[in-house]
Amino acid sequence: MDTNEKFSIVLFSGTVDKLMAAATMTTGAAAMGKDVTIFLTFWGLLAFRKDDWKSNHRFSKDFEDYAGPAMEMMAAKNVPPWMTTLESAMELGNVTIKACSQTMELFNIKASDLEPVVSEISGVATFVEDCEGGTTLFI
Amino acid sequence: MEGITITREIDALGSFCPGPLMELIRSVKLAQVGDVIAVLSGDQGSMKDIPAWVNKAQQEFVGMEPAASATRFIIRKIR
Repeated sequence: MDTNEKFSIVLFSGTVDKLMAAATMTTGAAAMGKDVTIFLTFWGLLAFRKDDWKSNHRFSKDFEDYAGPAMEMMAAKNVPPWMTTLESAMELGNVTIKACSQTMELFNIKASDLEPVVSEISGVATFVEDCEGGTTLFI
Repeated sequence: MEGITITREIDALGSFCPGPLMELIRSVKLAQVGDVIAVLSGDQGSMKDIPAWVNKAQQEFVGMEPAASATRFIIRKIR
């Protein structure tokens, strides 16, 4: 039986600032031995279309005045792209990334359109089952 | 930390949270049991994150010492 603690994230947002937060939280949780499941839905799923992250410069609307300076600071301080952080987290620990089947259908996205870090397509009920008894974040 | 032979030294200066911790974990995974790893971090989060991880991973936290605008953490792989 799996006795690790669970740490789950509903990743709804597709802006770089929030994707970074999600990737960093995932890393911390994976490092501390949690079983991490990320459920990608809506804009979060669109951000995982193949190579989208390379050209994604979207930033939270609430803080759009910070978008330019924040991006510049991250580049100057060599902060890795969020996708790289996420891939490192997957090397270190147990991280599973699932795509929401409803969003896939809605936006006509096929499994082959997604980054290889996404390992399965899941319905919300399965994800809720996955989360049970652990910590769940909505980002 | 006198009298301790460091097997591997990691310079994680300029790497941001959780970068130094990630570099340490990667090294510990690749190391042999008995190896001693030192990591130099300027990230303030490391002060608590690195000891917390070492404790959770049940490795040995040998100690930490101040270095120029950074902290050097020393860890022994024991399992």
